[in-house]
Amino acid sequence: MYDGVVADLIDELGRLPGIGPKSAQRIAFYLLQSDPADVRRLAEVLVTVKDKVRFCAICGHVTDEETCRICRDPRRDSTALCVVEESKDVIAVEKTGEYRGRYHVLGGAISPIDGIGPDDLRIRELLQRLTDGEVTEIIVATDPNLEGEATATYLARLLAPMGLTVTRLASGLPVGGDLEYADEVTLGRAFAGRRRLDA
Amino acid sequence: MPSYRDEAIVLRTQRLGEADRIVTLLTRGRGRVRAVAKGVRRTGSRFGARLEPFGHVDLQLHEGRSLDTVTQAESLQSYGAELSGDYPRWTSGTAMLEAAERLTPVEREPSVQQYLLLVGGLRTLVSRTHDPSLILDAFLLRSLAIAGWSPSFWDCGLCTAPGPHRAFSITGGGALCTDCRPPGCATTAPETLALLGALLSGDWVLADASDPRHRREASGLAAALVTWHLERGLRSLPLVERG
Ligand SMILES: [Zn+2]
Ligand SMILES: [Zn+2]
Repeated sequence: MYDGVVADLIDELGRLPGIGPKSAQRIAFYLLQSDPADVRRLAEVLVTVKDKVRFCAICGHVTDEETCRICRDPRRDSTALCVVEESKDVIAVEKTGEYRGRYHVLGGAISPIDGIGPDDLRIRELLQRLTDGEVTEIIVATDPNLEGEATATYLARLLAPMGLTVTRLASGLPVGGDLEYADEVTLGRAFAGRRRLDA
Repeated sequence: MPSYRDEAIVLRTQRLGEADRIVTLLTRGRGRVRAVAKGVRRTGSRFGARLEPFGHVDLQLHEGRSLDTVTQAESLQSYGAELSGDYPRWTSGTAMLEAAERLTPVEREPSVQQYLLLVGGLRTLVSRTHDPSLILDAFLLRSLAIAGWSPSFWDCGLCTAPGPHRAFSITGGGALCTDCRPPGCATTAPETLALLGALLSGDWVLADASDPRHRREASGLAAALVTWHLERGLRSLPLVERG
């Protein structure tokens, strides 16, 4: 047991995803032994990131401006929209170099057991983006796990009557995994071989 | 630490660290168990998709102080892939998993009846023989009954006067006759109470023939019973897509 601020630091670190009590303790002592300037820089970045970084008003991707770099880029294909769960998935798909369209970040997957339903995701915003008829293909790139699949099922049923082509990334992605863990080659191949989703 | 083998349904998974998961299992022999599955989120994990919710698995586990560890997993049946392609069935199934977790409140307390009920419920759900909403309600009523909470849907819950009755009290024992019903007690269609009784006893002929109005009312009462007995409702229940 540690006193006061050290205990607070371990507590705060332990709340971060993927950090257990042992790791929290290790990081806390690493920080205590680090150069004060390094720690100050880290603290400043943490504060700045919360102040400056926003979510793109169009697609929901993280950005430090009103809209993100991808939404502003006129060379991107505006007829294709890739729907992902999180911003980190945009990065993963960008790394493949296989995709030139735009994105829509849902902010998660439908997960009833966590109380997250369709209304808690950016699905309404997605439907709004489709009203002008410019988008003709939607690629659903939610995680290859059950919640990602069920979210894809829900979206396919919702979007099919709008006359859009709705596709899902091809199999070959490790089932049960997270999209961010797929290597670029596998993810790129999954893009090339996407299949049509029937509602 | 001793190791053991058991069959289980995966109820829930939570991320742990970089690549591991904590899986909540309803086992045949040991009731609800929480266990760590190491490396399960990595590409090429030997567990693959077997340890996802709805997985029916044959497991080898190492006993731990708070969490056990999965050392081997063989898939017996996976209901998840099929359910995730059918939104109403998937949401119904998810509510069944959550109910099974909440109605087995004590870890490692054997409840073979809850286990068999869940296996049967998931089988029925993928067989598409009945409306998923009815399957869910039947599951909830039976799971409550196994947990010891079984209201009367026919005889008066207080004086046992034979039904049908027109009043139903969540808090007061179920169906109530005109003499026993407290003032202001909500009235319920006798067909709805008959449907609830049929779902509890497994009379699918009656249940399948029921009309949408009574199904809606029965679903509302089944949900209210669950919420009343668990004090806190199931999070997935309001998100179930009902026909
Ligand atoms: Zn954007
Ligand atoms: Zn009575």
